[in-house]
Amino acid sequence: MKLLILLVIVLAIIAIAQLTKVYELSRSLRKNKEEDISAADNKLNANLMLVWMFLFFVGTVFLYVRYGEYLPVSASAHGVDVDQLMKVNIWLITIVFFIVNFFLFFFAWKYQFKKGRKARFFAHDNRLEMLWTLVPGVVLAFIIVYGLITWNKITGPASADAIQIEVYSRQFDWTARYPGENKTFGSASYNLISTSNPLGLVTADGIRAKLDELDAQIENVEHQLEENKLMPLLPESYVATLEDKVSRLKRHKQRIADIDENSVNGLSTWEAGNDDRLVKGEMHIPVNKEVELIFRSQDVIHSAYLPHFRAQMNCVPGVATRLKMTPTVTTAEMRKITGNDAFNYILLCNKVCGAAHFNMQMKVIVESEADYNAWVAKQKMFKAPEVKEVADSTLANEPKKDTVATAMGTK
Amino acid sequence: MEATENTHPQDHGHHHHKESFISKYVFSMDHKMISKQFLVTAIVMGIVAVMLSIFFRLQLGWPGEKFQILNAFLGDKWAPDGILDRNAYLAMVTIHGTIMVFFVLTGGLSGTFANLLIPLQIGARDMASGFLNMLSYWFFAVSSLIMLASLFVEGGAASGGWTIYPPLSALPQAMPGSGMGMTLWLISMVLFVASSLLGGLNYVVTIINLRTKGMKMTRLPLTVWALFVTAILGILSFPVLVSAVVLLLMDRSMGTAFYLSDIYIQGEALDVTGGSPLLFQHLFWFLGHPEVYIVLLPALGISSEVISTNSRKPIFGYKAMIGSILAIGFLSFIVWGHHMYITGMNPFLGSVFVFTTLLIAIPSAVKAFNYITTLWQGNVRFTPAMLFSVGLVSTFVTGGLTGIILADSALDVNVHDTYFVVAHFHIVMGMSAIFGMFAGVYHWFPKMYGRMLNTKLGYAHFWLTLVCGFGVFFPMHFIGMAGAPRRYYSYSEFEFLDWVMDLNPYISTFAIVGGAAQILFLVNFFHSIFYGQKASQNPWQSNTLEWTTPVQHVHGNWPGALPEVHRWAYDYSNPEHEEDFVPQVVPMKPGEHAH
Repeated sequence: MKLLILLVIVLAIIAIAQLTKVYELSRSLRKNKEEDISAADNKLNANLMLVWMFLFFVGTVFLYVRYGEYLPVSASAHGVDVDQLMKVNIWLITIVFFIVNFFLFFFAWKYQFKKGRKARFFAHDNRLEMLWTLVPGVVLAFIIVYGLITWNKITGPASADAIQIEVYSRQFDWTARYPGENKTFGSASYNLISTSNPLGLVTADGIRAKLDELDAQIENVEHQLEENKLMPLLPESYVATLEDKVSRLKRHKQRIADIDENSVNGLSTWEAGNDDRLVKGEMHIPVNKEVELIFRSQDVIHSAYLPHFRAQMNCVPGVATRLKMTPTVTTAEMRKITGNDAFNYILLCNKVCGAAHFNMQMKVIVESEADYNAWVAKQKMFKAPEVKEVADSTLANEPKKDTVATAMGTK
Repeated sequence: MEATENTHPQDHGHHHHKESFISKYVFSMDHKMISKQFLVTAIVMGIVAVMLSIFFRLQLGWPGEKFQILNAFLGDKWAPDGILDRNAYLAMVTIHGTIMVFFVLTGGLSGTFANLLIPLQIGARDMASGFLNMLSYWFFAVSSLIMLASLFVEGGAASGGWTIYPPLSALPQAMPGSGMGMTLWLISMVLFVASSLLGGLNYVVTIINLRTKGMKMTRLPLTVWALFVTAILGILSFPVLVSAVVLLLMDRSMGTAFYLSDIYIQGEALDVTGGSPLLFQHLFWFLGHPEVYIVLLPALGISSEVISTNSRKPIFGYKAMIGSILAIGFLSFIVWGHHMYITGMNPFLGSVFVFTTLLIAIPSAVKAFNYITTLWQGNVRFTPAMLFSVGLVSTFVTGGLTGIILADSALDVNVHDTYFVVAHFHIVMGMSAIFGMFAGVYHWFPKMYGRMLNTKLGYAHFWLTLVCGFGVFFPMHFIGMAGAPRRYYSYSEFEFLDWVMDLNPYISTFAIVGGAAQILFLVNFFHSIFYGQKASQNPWQSNTLEWTTPVQHVHGNWPGALPEVHRWAYDYSNPEHEEDFVPQVVPMKPGEHAH
């Protein structure tokens, strides 16, 4: 197979080379020089400019007609403004696209070489330069002002009564966290993440459990080192690795000890998380209420892209990012609009994050506030995990295929 | 400002000391040979990059289909049963982008034409430092080899996209491509930047100091102006990339945390806090955006020269063209944030970048209109170089316009990182720059090799490339607006995209045909080096100084004294002269108006 492919390529190259030779021989017989473009060639290329322009324009119009309705009507309030802005901009650039390309290809054809004609010596004209500095300037000023007005409208802090939902990302899934009855998120620390606490929520029990787990690990490694001192069997490099591991574990302990307990809404941040709801792979949001999404990431940068809501925000490890929007069309209504009973809003990852990036998605359901509240109330609460006897942090490493969305809290 | 006379002895060209094969073809210090070395290296890199793109286009066009050819090239590990592996897909996308942006369109384009044209068009014997120039090429060659070698290491080449955002690129446990492949990528890039800086410093020093008598800055051909500003952009921005890359190397192997904070990965809470992944993005795009113009400006310079020569008309608005090159160069340093509207950056800062970014459209528009006015009432001669230059104006305008949407933060939110972006930059930067490069090769091949390229093959090459290029990238706008993210291995998991994905097989077909069309160029190029028709001294009846040198290269460029310049480079169809071109060395007639 490889040989065959190679052979075909080699043969093709030889064929072209031979053809070139034949062509060159015939040319040398005609005593033509390569740089002398024949009148026929020049005319052909000039005409092809027009043919191409025609194809280009027809193709463009076809694509606009066939694919111009790129997304269904915006499902969020600000998206309507964005769509309007987009429409105005697309109209503007499309007009300019046609005009400029037309003049380019038309002039190329019209002013093709004619024997005996001398080109017009036209080196500069300040009025013309002024014209095409000022006209784009004015158009751009309009685009900038219109764009920034929209931008200011859709950014900025969310209102105080907006519903807050945390969207938590990691390779390669999404988890939604709801603050629960106390309307307050418990604080979270990546130092407390484990299989049973995938977001690292902070609770007094969780801290104790994690510290015990780390102590056990430290003891285990130090024990190995002690034994090795008595009977040095381990290679030196491995000893160094173990010593390094001890200091890492100790620093991990220190970082946990540094987690502060604060008070928000009269609640301890170590207690507020107990009634948080964690749901993997699915997010519900109420219609016609302002929603503030708070994005976090566990490992690498992800991007939460919600094309139907005209919204997107990166999820950056170490920094929480925010986005506000007001959904206006419920999933049921959108199914009617699109005529597709299986339609679902989707949140997808739009920043390359690894092998399964292309399938990192979360279903988004927009429903009435009552339905939304009922759904949230049904989700299980997060509570501090019980202390396990032999803690092993590598457990968290194992992908849990069967983890159902609601199975994140413990009994 | 009067240029200094070169201090080379006047009889330089007359005596030829015998050169060994090695000093002539390998470690050459002659700018003309170095330029050829850059070009051939870039062509080899370009072949690799195009092949990689065809491999992943096969997967995107017909996902899950088995292609034995993939298996034949990539083996059982990367393409088992002829289906591209997911990690291999990301590696190909990353290396395709890296090679195209840096090795073909930066190193290849600037390296080839700055080296060839600067001394020849300003009337200098050689670059200011032939030795640094040689080093510049060899850094480039070694960095190219390392980048190619990274395709063959365990775990595969770097896979985080050509922008290599950490933490993905910083953590070997995040993906296989972030292991050895990424280390090699970073090392290759440090060497590449060294090459760029050595080259760039040399170009700037040469242009400032070695212009021949009469070659005022205001008489320089626009190619030289473009290469001059390009070199300055490179000198100012590439060091920032090096610092970004070195900090990333330290994060990877020395336990620092410049870009890392609060990360839990593969069952381990990493011992890093306080770093910022966004810091890398700021540093990267501080280079990354000027880089776009480092790629584009030389292409625009080349097309200015080619369009003027072949329209037999002066370039319209010479001073406005210089002004817009300078304006673009300056603005390119204060727009990098438009790559970061949705990173969580303060929206007000976003507004500032919206403003500065959209300002760039003004000098760009001036350039486009000036090109078109140059054609107006010209006497257009369609050489292959001219075709590519006209094509460049079309891609520059078409791709530039969609930039207006991406620059507008409120709109960018919904198309950021989608195929809309892929379409935009491939047209405005990819196609334009490669068209400029082809225009340059077709135009100056006689100067480089003393022979002519075959014109008919050039025509076929241009029309196939133009049609296939737009065929590939234009429909991508619509895929992107429908919400399809870039760098996805497959779109089959998203029902809402199904309807627009029927474009993908067409796009892939165009890509394959367009890739195959480049064979026409390769055959033409390598065949003509040896068997092409012998070139005459000034085949395009051009005004600039390079066409006053003998066809056979001599060390020192001009056999006798250096030429003296008496006029600007664009006296085409000047009514005060009989001929439709007046080379720069022709003295002013008494009473003639200087331009």
